[in-house]
Amino acid sequence: MKPDKLFAEMFSGQDQQLLQIWRQATVGIAGAGGLGSNVAVALTRAGIGKLIIADHDSVSKPNLTRQQFFLRQVGLPKVAALQDTLRKISPYTELSVYPQKITEQNLSGIFGKADLLIEALDDAEQKEMLIETWQSLYPERYLIAASGIGGVGKNELLHTEQMGTLFIVGDGVSEIQPGESPVSARVAVVANMQANLCLELLAGLRK
Amino acid sequence: MNAAQITVNGHQIPWQEGMTVRAVLHAMNYSFRMLVIKVDGKLVKREDWDSTPVPRGAEVSVYHLISGG
Repeated sequence: MKPDKLFAEMFSGQDQQLLQIWRQATVGIAGAGGLGSNVAVALTRAGIGKLIIADHDSVSKPNLTRQQFFLRQVGLPKVAALQDTLRKISPYTELSVYPQKITEQNLSGIFGKADLLIEALDDAEQKEMLIETWQSLYPERYLIAASGIGGVGKNELLHTEQMGTLFIVGDGVSEIQPGESPVSARVAVVANMQANLCLELLAGLRK
Repeated sequence: MNAAQITVNGHQIPWQEGMTVRAVLHAMNYSFRMLVIKVDGKLVKREDWDSTPVPRGAEVSVYHLISGG
C-alpha cells in the first residue's frame, strides 16, 4: 500500500531516513514458527517494504505458547494466519506467502528477490541445508540464522557470530530437547535479535 | 623455526600437507551433527568436506547448528 495520511501518522515518530531505506527493502523469512512469526511482526512494525514468508505447517495449540498466533487460528496454515495478523498491524508491508516446505530446489524460486534472508527453521538439518544453499547461490547477500534458543533465562549467553555475510544469533548450545523446551520470552528475544540485526544491516549501520 | 599452523575458531593447531576440512574437524574432536564451516571466509558444503584442502595458515570457522525455531 502506498504511503498516505495514515502512514504519515503511524510512522511520525520514526527516523524518516531509516524508514525510507526499510521501505525499499525485501526481506525473506524462512519459517513462520517461534522465530519467524516474531521476526515478521517486528519487521512489519518497522515498516519494511516487502516480506516473503514460507512455512508448510499449520497452527497448533502448543504453538500458542511462543508463536504470534491466536486460539481461533488453530488449524490454519501458519503463513495465512500470520498474513492476517500482519495486515492488522500495518497495511504498508507488502506480503508474499508460500505454504510450502523449503527445499534446496525451491529456495531461489521463493526467496530469489529477497535482499536479505532470515533463517527461522526448526530442524538443524534444515538450517544447514538452507545456509549451504543460500550462501552458494548468493554469497554476497546477508543471511541471519539462529542456533541455540531453548530454555529460559541465560540472557548473557545470547550473542551474534559473524562469518562474512552469514550471521548466527543464539547461544550456540541450548538444544530444544526434553527438559529444555522452547519458552516464549527467550524465543522472542532471539527472534528480535535477528530482526534488530536485519534492520541494522539494511540501514548500512553495520557490515 | 615456526611449525606450519592453521587457526580454527581462534585456536592454533598444526597444519599438515593435504589436510582436508574433515581432517580439521577430526583434529578438533568436533562431533556435532550439524555444522557450518568456512575456510578463509568461504563456506564449504558438507559434501565437499572430504575433498576440500585446508591451505597452510588458513583461518577456519566452525559453527554448531542446533535445532529450535
